[in-house]
Amino acid sequence: MMFTNIEKNKMVHLREIATRVRKETLKIHKIAPETRIASSLSAVEIFVVLYYGEIINFDPKCTTWQERDRFIISKGHGAISLYPILADFGFFDAGELNRVCKEGTFLGGIPDSIIPGFETINGSLGHGLGVACGIALGLKKRNAKEMVFVLMGDGELYEGAVWEAIMFAGEHRLDNLILILDNNRICMLDYCKKILDLEPYAEKFSVFKWDVLVADGHDVNQLYHSLKLLKEKRADKPKLLIANTVKGKGVPRLETDSLCHIKSLMPEEIDKIIEELE
Amino acid sequence: MTADVKTIRDIFIEEIYRRMYDNDEILFLSADFGAPKLDILREKFPDRFVNVGIAEQNLVNVATGLALEGYCIFAYAIAPFLTMRAYEQIRVNLSLQAQIRDLNVNLIGVGAGLSYDVSGPTHHCLEDLSIMRTLPNMVVFSPSDWMLAHKFVEYSIDVKKPKYLRFDGKPVSQIYQNLNDISIDTGFFELHEGKTICLISTGNMTHKAINIAKRCADEGISIGVIDVFLLKPFKERIFYEIIKKYDIVISLEEGFINKGGLDSLISTILDSNNSDIRLFRMGFDDKYVFEIGNRDYLHKLCSLDDDCIIVKIKKLIKEF
Repeated sequence: MMFTNIEKNKMVHLREIATRVRKETLKIHKIAPETRIASSLSAVEIFVVLYYGEIINFDPKCTTWQERDRFIISKGHGAISLYPILADFGFFDAGELNRVCKEGTFLGGIPDSIIPGFETINGSLGHGLGVACGIALGLKKRNAKEMVFVLMGDGELYEGAVWEAIMFAGEHRLDNLILILDNNRICMLDYCKKILDLEPYAEKFSVFKWDVLVADGHDVNQLYHSLKLLKEKRADKPKLLIANTVKGKGVPRLETDSLCHIKSLMPEEIDKIIEELE
Repeated sequence: MTADVKTIRDIFIEEIYRRMYDNDEILFLSADFGAPKLDILREKFPDRFVNVGIAEQNLVNVATGLALEGYCIFAYAIAPFLTMRAYEQIRVNLSLQAQIRDLNVNLIGVGAGLSYDVSGPTHHCLEDLSIMRTLPNMVVFSPSDWMLAHKFVEYSIDVKKPKYLRFDGKPVSQIYQNLNDISIDTGFFELHEGKTICLISTGNMTHKAINIAKRCADEGISIGVIDVFLLKPFKERIFYEIIKKYDIVISLEEGFINKGGLDSLISTILDSNNSDIRLFRMGFDDKYVFEIGNRDYLHKLCSLDDDCIIVKIKKLIKEF
C-alpha cells in the first residue's frame, strides 16, 4: 500500500493524543479496577485515529444527528479507553471520568447506549456486526452517505452469529460498513491460536465477498491512511481492517501475559506506568 | 361464530402488504420462512423484503439495526427458532435497547404450541409465552383468530416497541365478528359470560374453550370464556374486575404450565388481589411430546381434549 501526502505533524499529534488517552485510561482503571484494562489498551490508537483523525463524523451535542457516522462498539468491555475521548469532545462532563463504576454514574465497566456517544447495548459479545449490518442496510436504502464503523475483538469471531453477519454483509454489498478487527490475539484464557486457530482472517473474509486491509493497530499513520482509504472506497463490498494489536499495549507485564484479559493493576503500579509513558 | 377459516399469518401479511404502499418505512424480513401472501409481498416489494437465510440470530440483529434507523420492521420465522435460537439477541438488542431507544421490531413467530404437530418436539413451541413474557419492554400478542391479527397490524406500526406475535400455524376459524368495540390495549375479551367457572385461554385454546362452553351449556352448565390476546402489557385491574364474579377460573394454554405463561399471569393477579378465586391450570406438564399424531391426538394424550377437560370441570363443580 502506498501512502501519499502524509501529514507528519498530524501523525505526531495523534501519537501524543494516544499517549494521553492511554494514561487517562490507566487512571480510570486505578479508580475502577473492575474495568478490563488490557482489552481497552489494545484499541487506544484505533479510537484516537477515528475521532481525532477526523475519520468519523460526529456531533457531541447531538448524538442522534442524522448525518453522523455510526460507530458500533462490539467489544464493549474493551472500550474504556473511549471514555476520555468522548469526555474530551464534550459528549459528557469530564468530571464523570472520576466516577467510573461508582454509585449513580452512567459510566459502567462496560458501556451501553445510556452513555452519550454509544449507539448500542454492548457487553455480550458477537452482536455488534449483525446490528451494524441492519444499520448499514437501512442507510443504503435511503441512499445516505453515512458510514457504519464497527470495532470487534478477534475473540468475537468464535461467536456463530458473527459469521451470519459476515455472510449477510457480503451478499448485500454493504460498502458503507467498515469492520475494524482489534486483533490482539488473546481471549480470556489463552492465545486464540491455542484455543481454535481461525487465522488467516483475510482469506476467510475475502471468500465471503469482503475487501480486506491489514495495518499495525498501534501505528497511527497506518491506521489513519487505511481507514481513510476504506472510507472513500465504495466498491460494492463491506470492508475489514485487520488491526494487529497487542493486548495490554503500554504495560509490559500485561503485554506478555496470556491471562492479561482478567488482570488488574495495582494503584502504585499504575502510577509508575503513567510516569514511564511521559 | 362462523366457520370462516383462514390462516392468521396470511391475513396479517396481506394487511402489511396493503400498508406498504402508503408507508415506505415498513420492511419485511424473513429467516427463509414463507407464506402464500408473502410471495405476493416479496414479488411486489423486492427491495423491502429481505431473506436473511436460515439465521434467526442475524434476523433479530439486522432487524434491530434497521429499527435503530427508524424503520418499522416485521421479522418472520418459525416460533420456537425465533424465540429460542435468537433469545439472547432478542434480550440484548431488543429488550434491553428498547428501554433507551424507540425500536419498532415485530417478531412474528409462526407455529404456536402444537401447530406443527407431526414435526415433533423441536417444532412444538410450549416455552415461548413464559420466556417472552419475562423480558422487560416486550409486547406479547397471542391472537385466537385472524380478525384480531388483522386489527393488530395498526398497533404493530404505531407502537414503537419490540413485540412478539405468536401466530398459530394452522388455519383457524373466525371468533370475532367485529372488533370495533375491542381495544388491543385492553388485552382480553369476555366472549361468554358464565356462572361459577370461567375458562381463560389464549391463542388456539380459545377455540377449545368456546367448544367446551357450548357443550357444557347444552348440559345446563354455564361456563364463562375469556380470550386473552395481549399478555404483555396487561391491564390487571380491569381484568380482575371481570373475573372476580367467578369462583373458579381455569387457565387453558398450549404451553407448559407453572412456568410463567398465561397461568402465571392469572395467578399473580389473584395473589395481588388477595383473591379467594381458585385457579386450575391446564396446559402441558413438564415434559416434551415425542409421540406422533395430529394436534387433537396429542391433546388427548396430554389430557387436553374437550372430553377430558369437561370431565375435570364437572368434577370441580361437584367439589365446589
